[in-house]
Amino acid sequence: MTSIADQVASPPIAGPADQPAKAARSAASAITLPAVGERELRLDLFRGLALWLIFIDHLPPSLLTWFTLRNYGFSDATEIFIFISGYTAAFVYGRALLESGFVVATARILRRAWQIYVAHVFLFTIFLAEISYVATSFENPLYSEEMGIMDFLKQPDVTIVQALLLRFRPVNMDVLPLYIVLMLSLPLILFLMRWRPDVTLGLSALLYAVTWEFDLYFTSYPNGFWAFNPLAWQLLFVFGAWCALGGARRMSHMLSSPITLWVCIAYLAFSFYVTLTWYVPQLSVLMPRVIEHWMYPIDKTDLDVLRFAHFLALAAVTVRFLPKSWAGLKSPWLRPLVLCGQHSLEIFCLGVFLAFAGHFILAEIGGGAALHALISLSGILIMCGVAWVISWYKHVADKSGAKKAANADLAGGG
Amino acid sequence: MKPGLILGALWLAAIAAAPPARADDAPKACDVPDNLLSTESVLPRVADAVKAGRTLDILVIGSRSSTITSAEASAYPARLQANLKDRLPQVTVNLATEIQPRTSSEEAVPGFVKLMEGKKPTLVIWQTGTVDAMRSVDPDDFRNAVDAGVVALQEAGADVILINPQYSPRTETMISVTPYLDNMRAVAQGHDIPLFDRFAIMHQWNDEGDFDLFSAAHGIDLAKRVHDCLGRALSKFVIDAAHLGPAQQN
Repeated sequence: MTSIADQVASPPIAGPADQPAKAARSAASAITLPAVGERELRLDLFRGLALWLIFIDHLPPSLLTWFTLRNYGFSDATEIFIFISGYTAAFVYGRALLESGFVVATARILRRAWQIYVAHVFLFTIFLAEISYVATSFENPLYSEEMGIMDFLKQPDVTIVQALLLRFRPVNMDVLPLYIVLMLSLPLILFLMRWRPDVTLGLSALLYAVTWEFDLYFTSYPNGFWAFNPLAWQLLFVFGAWCALGGARRMSHMLSSPITLWVCIAYLAFSFYVTLTWYVPQLSVLMPRVIEHWMYPIDKTDLDVLRFAHFLALAAVTVRFLPKSWAGLKSPWLRPLVLCGQHSLEIFCLGVFLAFAGHFILAEIGGGAALHALISLSGILIMCGVAWVISWYKHVADKSGAKKAANADLAGGG
Repeated sequence: MKPGLILGALWLAAIAAAPPARADDAPKACDVPDNLLSTESVLPRVADAVKAGRTLDILVIGSRSSTITSAEASAYPARLQANLKDRLPQVTVNLATEIQPRTSSEEAVPGFVKLMEGKKPTLVIWQTGTVDAMRSVDPDDFRNAVDAGVVALQEAGADVILINPQYSPRTETMISVTPYLDNMRAVAQGHDIPLFDRFAIMHQWNDEGDFDLFSAAHGIDLAKRVHDCLGRALSKFVIDAAHLGPAQQN
């Protein structure tokens, strides 16, 4: 154990003399990385899609909401986002770990976590402004009970400190704290992955099971718990990391088997049917009570097994029908999605902000469905525009620091 | 190329299909689609009481959203009673309300036994979930509490209807009601009791333009109209669940 730790703690910065040792170590380690330079556009595409769907889901429900994933099965865009985040983070920082050692990789991961934290605090400030406005200008006797939620404004000192501690988290601001905790655990995950990827995944599943068995959770302020329990959601993140570090390749046999395909399709169909019964209660006649009893409620906080399985099935089917080499990935039509996915942190924050702003406009103008659709659409266009501008900054405006640019772009994937 | 086109086409379809902006002034009927008022669960004790010609004693237990401050007579429990009297002229309907502001389900349940001993209602309408959602009570604890409450009410000899939280668009970004809605649905299913889906119904009204629930109106008028409609829908729900409709009475 100590020998491994020592090995990891001394980054190979010694220069050429160190090269053979490094190569040997890379070869000896259990994880493998795809060749340098090939960016997995499918990941960007689907993360971009997840960001759009999260944005739409954060707006009040409208017609567009019917196009979002959660209406067609158990899992939703959050699963995609966390999985792909795990995948890209492991991809980027796993390489850093192999090339520069544990300390450097950890340092870079911590910097990334700090960026996410700052983004979270920024969003909280905007949220505070919005909620203060609503509290002071809106007094509908119909909702006198619900308005009690604003009571925390009477103690701004406590509230703000709790927010900085990630314990006070308004609705829709749950994903970033989860992401921060997952990033903070990434050095450990990568460290274990380098030792035994499969064991790491097993440990992660064990933690998930223990969380369910003993009902472990993170408390929040003023009471309650984290809406996304990191102890459960880490499974998806670690699974993403495991896939990135060679797991996907090792699974490819299983993925290409027709049995897997049909099991997945059957499960997706079942899940779609169950979802349908929520909207068309007449259908639930055909649903045995026993199954209903066992199945409900499908828990999002602790990443219900049904949700996880739904995501796996969805991913398996997608990977099968959308090959990496698919020409459409480079088509200009999908470019906006890919761009959004490539700058996920910025676009995610922007999406949360736009959802706040959208709520606000709808509330002020008393929005009809047309305005609602317009807001959703302009939100997505703004996300694409900003993604394009960020991309322009990285590739054109910051070209003077050319060497760094490539790195930051990849790190942006983390 | 193709997926992009399809996505674009979907959007265009979405915009084209969106109904035109609503006119805020024209009052609408606040009708509720049948699927939001249909339930497979029944109210046997209510049905027996009505068929035997006994009085129908109803108890509404709820938090602040079951009343309108300074206008209790316009709140949905009173409107329910008035509507039931209209629809079932042959029945004497007594209604009592037990408003417990700032009380979570877990805090309310221990008092149920005593409450039931005093009132002995045929039907208990229990509105809950809002306070729990505002306090982010653990959904599992919430489900257990609602479950225990339903059992206590049933053991005391009453039929039970659950009412879930209001749809409150202004506080949507601040209160996450979904887990509580889901758990109430689960409890209702587990005990085979009717759930009056106030959230979905008010949501529907807001979408259809019957009410502008985003409104910043300070007056009490909107609250009165919404409660009137809720009372009417709830009376229909009770009559259907107890199979007391004109077609079913024979």
